[in-house]
Amino acid sequence: MDIQQYIELVFTDYTLRTITLGTAVLGAICGMLGSFAVLRKQSLLGDAISHAALPGIAIAFLIMGTKNSSIFLLGALISGLIGTFWIRGITSKTHLKSDTALGLILSLFFGFGMLLLTYIQKMPNANQAGLESYLFGQAATLIESDVWLMGIVTAISLVILLLFWKELKLLLFDADYTKTLGFNTKFLDILITTFIVIAIVLGLQTVGVVLMSAMLLAPAAAARQWTNNLSVMVILAAIFGAFSGVLGTAISASHNNLSTGPVIVLVAGVFVLVSFIFSPGRGLLFREIRFRKNRNDLQLHKTLSFMYNIAKTHEDIGHPHAIKILNNFQGFTRKSLQKLEDKDYVKISGNMWSMTASGYNTASNLYDQLITEEDE
Amino acid sequence: MENKIAVQIDDLTVAYNYKPVLWDIDLAIPEGVLMAIVGPNGAGKSTLIKSILDIIKPIAGSIQIYGKSYKKQRSLVAYVPQKGSVDWDFPTTALDVVMMGTYGSLGWIKRPGQKEKKAALEALEKVGMLSFKNRQISQLSGGQQQRIFLARALVQNAAIYFMDEPFQGVDATTEKAIINILKELRKAGKTVIVVHHDLQTVPEYFDWVTFLNVKKIATGPVKDIFNDDNLTKTYGINYKVSVQQ
Repeated sequence: MDIQQYIELVFTDYTLRTITLGTAVLGAICGMLGSFAVLRKQSLLGDAISHAALPGIAIAFLIMGTKNSSIFLLGALISGLIGTFWIRGITSKTHLKSDTALGLILSLFFGFGMLLLTYIQKMPNANQAGLESYLFGQAATLIESDVWLMGIVTAISLVILLLFWKELKLLLFDADYTKTLGFNTKFLDILITTFIVIAIVLGLQTVGVVLMSAMLLAPAAAARQWTNNLSVMVILAAIFGAFSGVLGTAISASHNNLSTGPVIVLVAGVFVLVSFIFSPGRGLLFREIRFRKNRNDLQLHKTLSFMYNIAKTHEDIGHPHAIKILNNFQGFTRKSLQKLEDKDYVKISGNMWSMTASGYNTASNLYDQLITEEDE
Repeated sequence: MENKIAVQIDDLTVAYNYKPVLWDIDLAIPEGVLMAIVGPNGAGKSTLIKSILDIIKPIAGSIQIYGKSYKKQRSLVAYVPQKGSVDWDFPTTALDVVMMGTYGSLGWIKRPGQKEKKAALEALEKVGMLSFKNRQISQLSGGQQQRIFLARALVQNAAIYFMDEPFQGVDATTEKAIINILKELRKAGKTVIVVHHDLQTVPEYFDWVTFLNVKKIATGPVKDIFNDDNLTKTYGINYKVSVQQ
């Protein structure tokens, strides 16, 4: 199947369209809210919440006795919220640090959830439950009403973000200061945490308990690399998330046996990898290039200023000197000398060098230049 | 000179878990002073400020700003937290951080506009950071970050300024620049309260001082009470005994 065929299929095939739309919306809301989790240094919270949701799903099945994804969602939401507030309770009421609290709640809830799952599997109507699909997600089970629900939640959280943008930004940057200005930080905290929990719960069906936190973190981590502006970061994260969903669905749909959730997460991981290496400001590649260029520039400047100090002692700055006398100086190489000539700072004839007027001027302003470049 | 009382603290006790951090503090800070709070590490200096600002809930005691609770007088108070209390890699610019000082008067939901931006630019100019307004905050030096925090408080245009170690990790030039701004604030009739570590500079910078080590040791004009006796009482080897009272 080539790309054109696939795109046609997305628009004509109902199931594929639903799944594509669903994973795109899910990616967008996760990227958006994930930015806040990442900037609040609560990256692991998402992992704990998604694992904490599992027993909720199992209990919802045990009570209702049938498979119904909206009831499962409610169960997941309740147990996810309980997990979250226990984590907060442990951190604020005991001496335990947040990583301990997260790990504790994550494994306790997940363990309890697994216990219930194996119990359910032994029940006579276990086959129709399909609860295991919540472990790694199954995008194929998405139906139109799921997508609508995701769309509505995304719209609501977008409105909330726009409304409380200023307050949330302040809270993320400086929580104590936010309090002194009279904003109710507890309310803001609960607001944003609740929406993060909702986003996670919405994604469980598609991506699954185990991989859900990657949906939250990967687009945000990738977006952070490209910008120093919070609003741009949130928008980028939403775009990266949506693309991960669409591309992941496409890859899994065109390779029949691949499970969608893991593919989406891997695509998001590729976004992260590419961003870490290639982003212009913070990426590893450009940092290394900048680092080398700066070193070379400095080396060149040192050689030039050494030559300047020699040329300075003569009435005629263009007075030729032997290249030999540069040999004592460490920064000097044939290559750097050549570069200086290319820039028309010096002239080389045979084994003599002489300074040009432009080289002399540049060298005399060198130090000032370095300082102002720094301050620009 | 008989001044109005800007901050009145009675019987303030604060504890994290079991150990008291502040014990039965009575303190009256007169209006218009430039006051240093000095004391050893763990003496409760930051806690005192945070209690006044209602960030920390005390176990007992009352705090009044010009005779009313902090909640009612919020607009009169500005705060400069410790520089290290925030993540400077946050994706935002210097100007944006200073704008945050206007959020309190804006209240919920309302966005800052031209008026707020103008105020922020003026504050940036006052601290000599105008040319850095669009700089990402992680690319500022420690001293520049401190100036940005100061500018954010200046934007609040308050009557009382609380500053938690504004001189920590800044170079001599920045320290001079900051202290000049603080002295200007005092000249304009504002009250400035500073958690301070460098005892050498207390007489030069401040006119009022409070010695604190869990309990209040002394408070008053620098020229009257900044002496060996009070320093020994505050920093002396016996201070652990007084903690356990």
